[in-house]
Amino acid sequence: MVDTLVNVGFGALVLTFLTSLYGVGAALYAYFKKQNRWLDSARNAMMLSFPLLTIAASMIVILLVQNHFEVGYVAQVTSRSMPNYLKVTALWGGQPGSLVFWSWLMSIFATAIALRDWKRDREFLPWVIVVVLVTLAFFLLLGIFFENPFRRLWLTPGGSVETLFLRPAGATLYVPADGQGLNPLLRHPGMIIHPPMQYLGFVSFVIPYAFAMAALITGRTDARWIKITRKWTLWAWLFLSMGLVLGMRWAYDVLGWGGYWGWDPVENAALMPWLAATPFLHSVMIQEKRGQLKRWNMFLVILTYDLMIFGTFLVRSGVLSSVHSFAQSAIGPLFFAFIAITFVASIYLLSRRWGELHTETRMSSWLSREGFFLINNLLFIGILVVVFVGVIYPIMTEALGFVGDIFPSMRATFTGQKVTVGPSYYERATGPLWAGLLFVMGVCPLAAWGSSTWKSLGKNLWRPAAFSVVLPVVLIVTGMRNWLAILAFWLVALVGAVTLYEFYKGAAARSRRSGTNFFVELWNLVARNRRRYGGYMIHFGIILMALGVVGIEMFQTETQKTVELGESISLGDYSITYDSLAEFDTADNRNVSRAVVSVFKDGDKVDELYPRRDYFYESRQQMTIPGLRSTMEDDFYIILVDWQPISTQRATFKIFHNPLVNWLWIGSFILIAGTLVAAWPEREVEKMPLVAKDRRASVRT
Amino acid sequence: MRKQKRWIVLLVVVLLAGLIFTAGAFAQDDGPRPTPSDDEVNAIARNMYCPVCENIPLDVCGTQACIQWRQQIKDLLEEGWTEQQIYDYFEELYGERVLAEPPRRGLNWLIYILPPAAFVAGAIVLYRGFRNWQKPIEEMEDAAVESEAGKDEYVSRLEEELKNRQ
Repeated sequence: MVDTLVNVGFGALVLTFLTSLYGVGAALYAYFKKQNRWLDSARNAMMLSFPLLTIAASMIVILLVQNHFEVGYVAQVTSRSMPNYLKVTALWGGQPGSLVFWSWLMSIFATAIALRDWKRDREFLPWVIVVVLVTLAFFLLLGIFFENPFRRLWLTPGGSVETLFLRPAGATLYVPADGQGLNPLLRHPGMIIHPPMQYLGFVSFVIPYAFAMAALITGRTDARWIKITRKWTLWAWLFLSMGLVLGMRWAYDVLGWGGYWGWDPVENAALMPWLAATPFLHSVMIQEKRGQLKRWNMFLVILTYDLMIFGTFLVRSGVLSSVHSFAQSAIGPLFFAFIAITFVASIYLLSRRWGELHTETRMSSWLSREGFFLINNLLFIGILVVVFVGVIYPIMTEALGFVGDIFPSMRATFTGQKVTVGPSYYERATGPLWAGLLFVMGVCPLAAWGSSTWKSLGKNLWRPAAFSVVLPVVLIVTGMRNWLAILAFWLVALVGAVTLYEFYKGAAARSRRSGTNFFVELWNLVARNRRRYGGYMIHFGIILMALGVVGIEMFQTETQKTVELGESISLGDYSITYDSLAEFDTADNRNVSRAVVSVFKDGDKVDELYPRRDYFYESRQQMTIPGLRSTMEDDFYIILVDWQPISTQRATFKIFHNPLVNWLWIGSFILIAGTLVAAWPEREVEKMPLVAKDRRASVRT
Repeated sequence: MRKQKRWIVLLVVVLLAGLIFTAGAFAQDDGPRPTPSDDEVNAIARNMYCPVCENIPLDVCGTQACIQWRQQIKDLLEEGWTEQQIYDYFEELYGERVLAEPPRRGLNWLIYILPPAAFVAGAIVLYRGFRNWQKPIEEMEDAAVESEAGKDEYVSRLEEELKNRQ
């Protein structure tokens, strides 16, 4: 049975790899020889990747669910005590499986793009196929030759256990009694959905990149590639954003340090493509509306694609642990080479078309929508540079150790020691840039395309600005003297007021004109201008998220103390009393130490929380699960740090008070809803008359 | 007279030395320092990382080694060490990586200079680019005509067809 599963799965992987290579060859042949039949064949090859990879992924899932521990990957990521849904998610719980999962998601997008109507854009098709299938083939190459999930465990005559696909001479199949089980940290619902979202964000960005490359190669460098990929880009951005938010929630619930973002290199690897994709989303509007920034948009899409591969490289190559483990790993150098080749090739293609990508209209004023978009781009790229330097620097200091070895006089500078770049660096360096972005987000929607005057901008701005001042005034009157926080709250209020005012203005005007209900007109307004108002919804979501960030970053308080049973710890208006602690084993092979803690606010008991520490016998890992009391106003977050075993007379708790943090999660829901509104597919047929009209106009011009 | 002066100087030196020694003795006689609280320990541990537990600040890391480090910080605080002395001590033993931020010296300056320099450079490029974009459109059209030569067959054919339709 296991032989069949392994052979079918591996066979499907190899077949997909071969069909991908064939598809690349057929598409190139079709392009150069002008053979449409070959192009259709290449397209079919691209569509074949989905069923084939579905077979490969299904085989892994069956092996995982049926506990075939003789397969190395299964023994590594599952155990008998794990529920079936966790065994399924173990598909992306380790490196070999996640490479297949990544490829499978890529094949979904490859098939979806192959199935679109290509009549109007057939010249793009060969190069889109080439880019998508080369990317897919690269990941399959890693999965087949270096991280094969179908390798089995063999007991050699020498007594050692080896993980190989083919049976070594004289070896017998080795079947462990149980597997090691999935890393406990990955058993959280957020972490179950987080990787698929992150991967979806990554793979979906291959599509805009593929069209951009097709545009550069074919010379069709107008805004058509942007119009085709607009929705793809939005969906990709949505998945990237959801991946980040789920990762944040996971960190908050599981890592037990009271925060949501630790500027960890793995987090940063996921953030970097988002930091390039977000300005891209904005600046493509300038190209569509004004015919400007064509080169910059090309650069941004190349940057996003390569940062996406770079992020996967950082997480998968072992380079974050040590440069030496990267050098020893087989896939690290391959990833590095792939990034280098794609980046250099893309920049070369861009340079070839540099002259054709000239701007079509003049930039007339800084006080224009495009002027503010440019500042937005600068700020985003500024943050990206900080994050990139912060991630790369520790790797660099370690890698440059050889300079000190060669030139002993420079050993003091090039020590070869890895350094740490912690959250304080990132927060200090990016804080002003985030604040700048908030301000631009507030003013930009009020500026007109082309140019605005101070007067017109002021006329649009004064009402929301006046309204936004109320919040800081109230804060000052109520005794707040943290001026940085007051400034941050004012920015949040300003952008919130501008965004809501935009909705109000549009709906009120429509309501006055038609005489219908305001809320009906609000609905119609959003429904008929989904891109614009979806964007404003995203802005509003970000504002609420910013409120949560300001709350936790500027007003978080914490304390840690060891108390006897019945004793209390105070923190601000809150206090807790240690009531009891129990230690017990569970059916899924955990030992749980669970404290019972009463929570009081202003002297009244408001809750009972159960912070606990789980010890997983199979993986010999522990996990800290906080006790959490969540309200719109704040979170009260308790961690069980330590306790006196057996008597449980004494325990140490760390408690955090996180004001406003829930707005971070609420805002993320609104962000998702807004992106869905903006990205929901429209029938292109509806736009056809407009396109035809545009073309006629351009012909007349 | 000179002898008298010498005696006076000697007396002053002895008195000062005595004062310093007695002050030291009094300082030591302050009695044991109060045991530092967990919060005081964590305030320092927050800015440190142990070399084994990657990317987990010392104040929240649950491994045995990190618990021992926190205890060591507590002991050092109890002995009267300052925060900076504790950072220096751990850095000397385990290297720069124990600090949450690279110390501002040598190659480390790169990380503090590069991002602001890149931002300023970006702002300058943007400003110059903007001024360039504000040039009269005719100049840009000239540039566009120059690049026509680089256009491929498809674009030329398309434009030809569009002209014919007119």
